[in-house]
Amino acid sequence: MFNNLSEKLDKALHVLKGHGSITEVNVAETLKEVRRALLDADVNFKIAKDFTTRVKEKALGQDVLTALQPGQLMVKIVKDELTELMGGDAEGINLSGTPSIILMSGLQGSGKTTFSGKLANYLKTKKTKKPLLVACDVYRPAAIDQLHVVGGQINVDVFSDKGNSNPVAIAEAGIAFAKANGHNVVIIDTAGRLAVDEAMMNEISEIHKAIQPQETLFVVDSMTGQDAVNTAKAFNDVLNFDGVILTKLDGDTRGGAAISIKSVVDKPIKFIGTGEKMEAIDVFYPSRMADRILGM
Amino acid sequence: AGKSKVDDDVLDNLEEILVSSDVGVNTTLKIITRIEERVEKDKYLGTAELNKILREEIAGLLSETNSGEDTEFKIPENKKPYVIMVVGVNGAGKTTTIGKLAYQFKKQGLNVVLGAADTFRAAAIDQLQVWADRVDVPIVKQEMGSDPASVAFDALESGVSQNADVIIIDTAGRLHNKINLMNELTKVKRVMQKVVGDAPHDVLLVLDGSTGQNAFEQAKQFTAATEVTSLAVTKLDGTAKGGVVIGISDQFKIPVKYIGVGEGINDLQVFNKYEFVDSFFK
Ligand SMILES: Nc1nc2c(ncn2[C@@H]2O[C@H](COP(=O)(O)OP(=O)(O)OP(=O)(O)O)[C@@H](O)[C@H]2O)c(=O)[nH]1
Ligand SMILES: Nc1nc2c(ncn2[C@@H]2O[C@H](COP(=O)(O)OP(=O)(O)OP(=O)(O)O)[C@@H](O)[C@H]2O)c(=O)[nH]1
Ligand SMILES: [K+]
Ligand SMILES: [Mg+2]
Ligand SMILES: [Mg+2]
Repeated sequence: MFNNLSEKLDKALHVLKGHGSITEVNVAETLKEVRRALLDADVNFKIAKDFTTRVKEKALGQDVLTALQPGQLMVKIVKDELTELMGGDAEGINLSGTPSIILMSGLQGSGKTTFSGKLANYLKTKKTKKPLLVACDVYRPAAIDQLHVVGGQINVDVFSDKGNSNPVAIAEAGIAFAKANGHNVVIIDTAGRLAVDEAMMNEISEIHKAIQPQETLFVVDSMTGQDAVNTAKAFNDVLNFDGVILTKLDGDTRGGAAISIKSVVDKPIKFIGTGEKMEAIDVFYPSRMADRILGM
Repeated sequence: AGKSKVDDDVLDNLEEILVSSDVGVNTTLKIITRIEERVEKDKYLGTAELNKILREEIAGLLSETNSGEDTEFKIPENKKPYVIMVVGVNGAGKTTTIGKLAYQFKKQGLNVVLGAADTFRAAAIDQLQVWADRVDVPIVKQEMGSDPASVAFDALESGVSQNADVIIIDTAGRLHNKINLMNELTKVKRVMQKVVGDAPHDVLLVLDGSTGQNAFEQAKQFTAATEVTSLAVTKLDGTAKGGVVIGISDQFKIPVKYIGVGEGINDLQVFNKYEFVDSFFK
């Protein structure tokens, strides 16, 4: 839809060129287009506003209006700013513990269970680790079965206890099992929960305190809209998580939620999910994401 | 006061509320333009009047397709079995919505049959089985990996022979830009018609209430593949507002029928457009 952002900006700025009266007001007009593109990409309302203010300063500083192709320069400024906002180089995962413990968290249906499997597979095949998956979702119908199927697909052991309804106890038992059986990475899958669900947020906080993971990951659906900021902030307040996973990027969503989350919690986006299969995992590249958000 | 109280500040604030509810820039501008026109015409608007107008205008975008008055879960009486096919992207809440819907129909004394045509996702069949057990309705299923169209066919045949009133078919989540998977859905739909000529009577697209503007493309592509006839918006028990359905309903003329407000069996409601609009301003 916004493949023509650069064209639009060129046009908007061209009208102003040569009129002699190049003012901040004129630039503001074109920034509306930028803001619009960001909102259509689901960047949070307030963040888009702040962002365009910063871009405006930069644009005026770089004499956008006297440039040969002001639209293109504008897009470059926007893109660079977005890229910077989403963080520098791809950050890996902290595997320092023995075993290293990784806790998954996120809303319902965001892709935690699937990503648990993908990450286990990645660590097994790319980092020669021996992971264990632990099934701590005691609520969703057949959640434990789902993790067993996933484990089976990648030949990774799964620890579960269907008779136990206490996720903290299951997580602890899972870690003990890993130690006894030579697993050097433990990935804890948890139930989806809403940030406003106090009991469930307390539960994951308890799990977190009990097992003290090296990595706590917040898994978020890349199709998420304006609510991304609320949710990311609420989970971060409770868990102080270490990184973000953006799933379902094999779709055609622009994924502006990535910007919103990064702005609000300032935690690196570590991996992306690009499909339902166990191999569909990739590291995160800020500049590719910036292109995507701008529709380029 | 002699002049309208609806000044730029009020409209800016309104824009923020609507965009922050995922209504989207296009639809938000449409709403604001309508308000500005009313303000021109009526003058002297106070906050109370503005709220009333706003409610009317937003409801108006939903109105051609939603009476907004229904509270009961209903199915037409002249269709038996009434076949509902449930579609949507991954993790939107299809299977859960089916469980809740089955419960509502069963409560009315209707015979419900479920068809487990998500044969792809890990333990999807087990998940639907748990719901079938909870609601106490029969389920038709095959092995994981089997042909979803064949499961749907079986479910309709079985439903017809069991004298079912309602048959609900679950399908695997799929992103709407995957052409093969969308074609598969078209095929599932077509195969059903070999058993019940005018099936499915309802193609229910489930949208995750926290989804942003991508929901437009979802509605467009699922409609192209299966002629979606109604929408369900899930996960509205959180802080997300689901405002994107206003534009979708307006553009595609598809009514919102249900909203999901939790993971429990009772957490499905018939959509009420006035309550929905009011939730943006809470
Ligand atoms: N296309 C696509 N689908 C994905 C991706 N990641 C997960 N999914 C699908 O999204 C749906 C939900 O994934 P789950 O892993 O069950 O999500 P979850 O967060 O564990 O869900 P709950 O446990 O119910 O909260 C499933 O259909 C997955 O196959 C991805 O990167 N791309
Ligand atoms: N809070 C809340 N959670 C919901 C609601 N509806 C569904 N869920 C949860 O969302 C997650 C995904 O729901 P599913 O019914 O498995 O979604 P699906 O569309 O069938 O997923 P796939 O088959 O993997 O594409 C589960 O954890 C559900 O319990 C709702 O209205 N509110
Ligand atoms: K809500
Ligand atoms: Mg899960
Ligand atoms: Mg399902």
